[in-house]
Amino acid sequence: MADARTDEFIEYVQGGGPVEVDDWMPEQYRARAIKFIEMHGNSELMGVLPEREWILRAPTLQRKLALTAKVQDEVGHAQLIYRVVEDLGKPREESLRDLVSGKAKFHNVFHYETRTWGDVGVIAWLVDAAAIISQKALLKCSYAPYARIMKKICWEESFHILHGRDVILALVTGTDEQRELVQEAVNRWWGPLMQFHGTKIPPEDDPMVFWRIKSQGNEEARQQFLEGYVPQIWELGLTVPDPELRRRDDGVWEYTEPDWDELMSVVTGHGPRSAARLALRRRFLEQEGWVREAVLAA
Amino acid sequence: MTTVFEVFRQERKGQAFAHAGSVVAPTVEFAEAWAREQYGRRGESEALWLVPRDAVHPVTDWADEFDLKYRRVDGYSIKARLKEARERAGGTSAGAR
Repeated sequence: MADARTDEFIEYVQGGGPVEVDDWMPEQYRARAIKFIEMHGNSELMGVLPEREWILRAPTLQRKLALTAKVQDEVGHAQLIYRVVEDLGKPREESLRDLVSGKAKFHNVFHYETRTWGDVGVIAWLVDAAAIISQKALLKCSYAPYARIMKKICWEESFHILHGRDVILALVTGTDEQRELVQEAVNRWWGPLMQFHGTKIPPEDDPMVFWRIKSQGNEEARQQFLEGYVPQIWELGLTVPDPELRRRDDGVWEYTEPDWDELMSVVTGHGPRSAARLALRRRFLEQEGWVREAVLAA
Repeated sequence: MTTVFEVFRQERKGQAFAHAGSVVAPTVEFAEAWAREQYGRRGESEALWLVPRDAVHPVTDWADEFDLKYRRVDGYSIKARLKEARERAGGTSAGAR
């Protein structure tokens, strides 16, 4: 990493400079960018599965259509993102192969089961909220083609979050059983949500921040999530299953240390639904291979 | 055989087309179908341009051997001279004229 060209590049990106597809970049930067952006693409693609499981069981036609539209959006995001990864040098087929073989990772929250319609609401509301906080920060990513497509992605996500709040509001203004569905789902998802933004690695030690692929540290993102959403949870009369959770006078949120072992185990493919969801993805990849072949032969 | 098509998007009539992203497709017909889905299905675009990446001729080097900045606003720094001119005029304030 000691050559002058690399030093100049580091100074450039740390100073806010954007990198374009044909620009020279150090191999470490390219590798980091591919890994990070590819994981985002994988998460979009795997992230539709928890919701897909509820399309047939959605309570109304309107909810079914909204959920379907959301799934289409997320798959579209995956396509845009894999396109960016492809330009960085890793073909889409290779990304997909690494995904279904379990070599590549995707976000922890997509490894869990979607037990009830309450879970669908909490995913669309709080999981999407946590994701949008990271995505908004990525608008400043040093790799400019990625930052540009994040604009479109954030725009579509704003509809998703509203859809999620609407689902939750319908449930909490319904019967006691419906309200209970939401509370149980919040209880189930709180652990994974607190793990979502990652360990408390200081930004200055985070290689993704070093290359300004990420512009925000993990803890900063989690604090932003707590600040924005805990009051929203409380105002609906719901509780958060953490007795330590409180906002200090200086505005910092205190909470019980998230279970980092669980995070590590889940993202390495040992979550409750990891194997089943990867198997489904693998089956479709094989089953639809002929479509790709036919299109490419056109 | 696939081609990368750069997608340019016009948000409203009369606005400039701006680069939005790219699609990869075997033919322009497939590229159009995918670009419509990716960049226009919510009515967010007035029009799209699809351009094969190979057709884009980039120009990025801007030689300025003769220091031609006298043709631009940043070629003129009048602050110091203006201050001097005002002082020579006798320090009369604008309001006192």
